[in-house]
Amino acid sequence: MTAALVPKPRTAKQAGLFNCHACNLLVGPAPSTSQGVVRCPRCGERLHLRKPNCIQRTWALVIAALIFYVPANVLPVTLTTYVGSTQTDTIMSGVMYFMQTGSWGIALIIFVASIVVPLAKLIILCGLLVSIRRRSHWRPSERTRLYRITELIGRWSMLDVFVVTVLVALVRLGYLTTIEAGPGVVYFAAVVIITMFAAMTFDPRLIWDAMENEDERIDE
Amino acid sequence: MADEITLIACHDCDLLHRVRPLPKNAKARCNRCGAVLYRNVNETVDRSLACALTGLILLVIANLSPFLSLESQGSVLETTLITGAMELAKQSMAGVAVLVLLTSMLVPGILLMALVYVLLPLKRGICLPKSHRMFRLALLLRPWSMTEVFFLGILVSVVKLSKMATILPGTALFSFLCLVLLLAAVNTFLEPKTVWERMRP
Repeated sequence: MTAALVPKPRTAKQAGLFNCHACNLLVGPAPSTSQGVVRCPRCGERLHLRKPNCIQRTWALVIAALIFYVPANVLPVTLTTYVGSTQTDTIMSGVMYFMQTGSWGIALIIFVASIVVPLAKLIILCGLLVSIRRRSHWRPSERTRLYRITELIGRWSMLDVFVVTVLVALVRLGYLTTIEAGPGVVYFAAVVIITMFAAMTFDPRLIWDAMENEDERIDE
Repeated sequence: MADEITLIACHDCDLLHRVRPLPKNAKARCNRCGAVLYRNVNETVDRSLACALTGLILLVIANLSPFLSLESQGSVLETTLITGAMELAKQSMAGVAVLVLLTSMLVPGILLMALVYVLLPLKRGICLPKSHRMFRLALLLRPWSMTEVFFLGILVSVVKLSKMATILPGTALFSFLCLVLLLAAVNTFLEPKTVWERMRP
């Protein structure tokens, strides 16, 4: 069911109310303290009308993640040594291995979690940032839903890091075969962490702000 | 102030709504973007607390018992849940090792302890010092607890190794699976709005 709407002013920002990020309490225009910091009277979180410097921070994190995405996919994630000879595997060659051995389901899971999800997340965030910049009026609820999806799926990209961890634990030195983690894992973990931070820094309310106040600056 | 308490703003699009009482197990969604504003979860404190306490016990069991053992060419290699992170640290991948330990073990542990600290006294209407900060921490940590992803990772690697060796599951594997399910249950049962309102300022 939908909640009852409130007549004008329509948004918390228009009414001059802070919506606490942590506990969702609406706080009226409070006198700022000496350091210019306004805190939520219920949970103590810092209050902002919008997440601070959201556009710049999100761009910075998206670009950083895109840079790390390349070594994450090119460098090997595992080094398998079997009787003296070493085989290196990237994420894509891991997917190929499962395809060749007939485990199509697992190949698909790894392909989606490690390759599709991070890239899709970065493309969606770029698209959202550009749409805000252009003050787009195109399907705001669908764009907000896209944002919610990127927030939810990001964590699943950690899959490959965990797979390498368990492989390394089970196939250790001293036996005929050993598996070691390759440098790709470091970059890959960095991509996951940075894209998660990028999704958290982004403020979906800007999608709606851009449609409402034509002459106001968007970033608060 | 009385006016503001009955209002809620959508966290995704900032639209203001009046708070209305909901029927049991119903959700209030934003009229404009469809985000869930608040829910009416039956017995949210009791249920989340039960799951959090059980989860903590399972986390301890999972760390004390054998996890997976690998049987190959007549020798058996035993591992625990943290063996992987330890091996990564040995291979000069300390950063990744810390990340794995955090997301699969420490963050879920801290999250559950923070919830117990807040919810256990709250059952009797008591609000311990720093409760608000602890609850804020628990909510902040939620996306960083990745036990379910870790479990999927275990399954994938077991399938990968099943061709070259026999892998025997240990007690830790089953307790970890239960922990994954309980953390999902905590997410379903926990309605932050109700908890915030029951905590005294």
